[in-house]
Amino acid sequence: MLSGMSILPVADQAQAPAIQVRGLEKSYKDVHVLRGVDFEVTPGAIFALLGSNGAGKTTVVRILSTLLAADAGTARVNGFDVAASPADVRQSISLTGQFAAVDEILTGRENLVLVARLRHLARPGAIADSLLTRFALTEAGGRRVATYSGGMRRRLDIAMSLIGNPPVVFLDEPTTGLDPEARIEVWQAVRELAASGTTVLLTTQYLDEAEQLADRIAILHQGRIIVNGTLAELKALLPPAKVEYVERQPSLEDVFFAVVGDPTTSSASSASSSPNKSSTSSTSSTSSTSSKE
Amino acid sequence: MATHIVGDTAVLTGRTMRHVTRSPDTIITTAIMPVAIMLLFVYVFGGAIESGSVSAVNYMLPGILLITIASGISYTAFRLFTDMQGGIFERFQSMPIARPGVLWAHVLTSLAANTISLTVVIGVAFAMGFRTSAGAPAWLAVVGLLLLFTLALTWIAVIPGLTAKSIDGASAFSYPLIFLPFISSAFVPTRTMPGPVRAFADNQPVTSIVDTIRALFAQQPVGSGVWTALAWCVGILVAAYVCANIAYRRRIS
Repeated sequence: MLSGMSILPVADQAQAPAIQVRGLEKSYKDVHVLRGVDFEVTPGAIFALLGSNGAGKTTVVRILSTLLAADAGTARVNGFDVAASPADVRQSISLTGQFAAVDEILTGRENLVLVARLRHLARPGAIADSLLTRFALTEAGGRRVATYSGGMRRRLDIAMSLIGNPPVVFLDEPTTGLDPEARIEVWQAVRELAASGTTVLLTTQYLDEAEQLADRIAILHQGRIIVNGTLAELKALLPPAKVEYVERQPSLEDVFFAVVGDPTTSSASSASSSPNKSSTSSTSSTSSTSSKE
Repeated sequence: MATHIVGDTAVLTGRTMRHVTRSPDTIITTAIMPVAIMLLFVYVFGGAIESGSVSAVNYMLPGILLITIASGISYTAFRLFTDMQGGIFERFQSMPIARPGVLWAHVLTSLAANTISLTVVIGVAFAMGFRTSAGAPAWLAVVGLLLLFTLALTWIAVIPGLTAKSIDGASAFSYPLIFLPFISSAFVPTRTMPGPVRAFADNQPVTSIVDTIRALFAQQPVGSGVWTALAWCVGILVAAYVCANIAYRRRIS
């Protein structure tokens, strides 16, 4: 009895999901956006919520970040119920919405200092400076955000979300509207985040983004999760790819980086290019088989 | 969380104040229209308007100050609307900060920005020959009444800031407020107006506020009008505050 009691909570903690969603439902007037969404995310994982526009991805994120109340179902983040203890949830999360949530009139550094102050952290200036360095924004730090490029804004946005090291980070379509180089920069930032133990819930409509980053992928379609698994599990749902000899054409992305050849991003692109190549060749072989049939 | 409300509001007010100091044009445009109206009324219409024994500028200034406030608060709606459009408002809502601080920061910034605009307008009035024998208590009463009026109108401005669908809609609400002083005792005595207009002018908030400020500047007894003025300000403030908070709760749930 005594040993059982001491073991149970430990086992509970080890397996307690960072995000737990059960039967989530939400309607806007007569549009039934979420029709019972269930999923769990283990701590430290990158979980991609995949779906087309209007599938309800943002609605899920808004409910999980306490911005919206669900009509039915429960959602727990970092062990806290979003409806019952929203203040604890807010303490545990950070949200990077679809539109860069930065203050354009302030400088990059001032944006970071602002968030550090609002999180009641000591030495906000030092926190801001270290994040500027980490996200390669030191030179731009003293400029107003209105002068930043889309990629710089996103990087600043994500940097602001990391202040205070929240255990769970929501990234709602973090690379929508970014150019390929900026996308790879953001991917790198997300990978580093997960490597440091943060749980990341990512929504995206780009299949390659989920393929690149996610430990688990769930597809949200017509208000329900229709598939949920690792990339390998998802691929196993399709008939096995036939091995064929296909001339490997360079993708436009390969051409782009070969031509641009930016030395600052070449390390990031080479780090991501090896899994990329293998995945493109396997998809191209499956696509060629299907086109034959 | 409640313990952070003062600190959070201060940090957020610092942010919106930077918006004001980095676009000083918002203060200038707030002051320009009232100053232009003041020049027009004093130097063009002034001769034709019957202001009794007081100089035209002394007579007009109280109404001009209320117009200054009415045009200044539209920037609060504008700044709040811009916050809602970008993601920064949602970022604040998803952070562990004291939520009332988000609105109060905009309201306090409005008080500060309007104080600057009012100072500019009063400065111009002095240059145009405005004179008052008012001592410190009377000046304090004028400043207090102007700030209370600013606070009340700012909470009105919060409502379109939260609910408007477009940036034009967020700012347009202030036009009727700017016009209100024209149908009051601010520029012409209400007894010269036709019956129904006079009834409106005599019983709308601006008239009692204008009369009170004019009496304070002229060192005359304010009479019972000051209570009417205060009742209007507090009434508007409470009603606008309640409506703004209902709009806020709708917006965030």
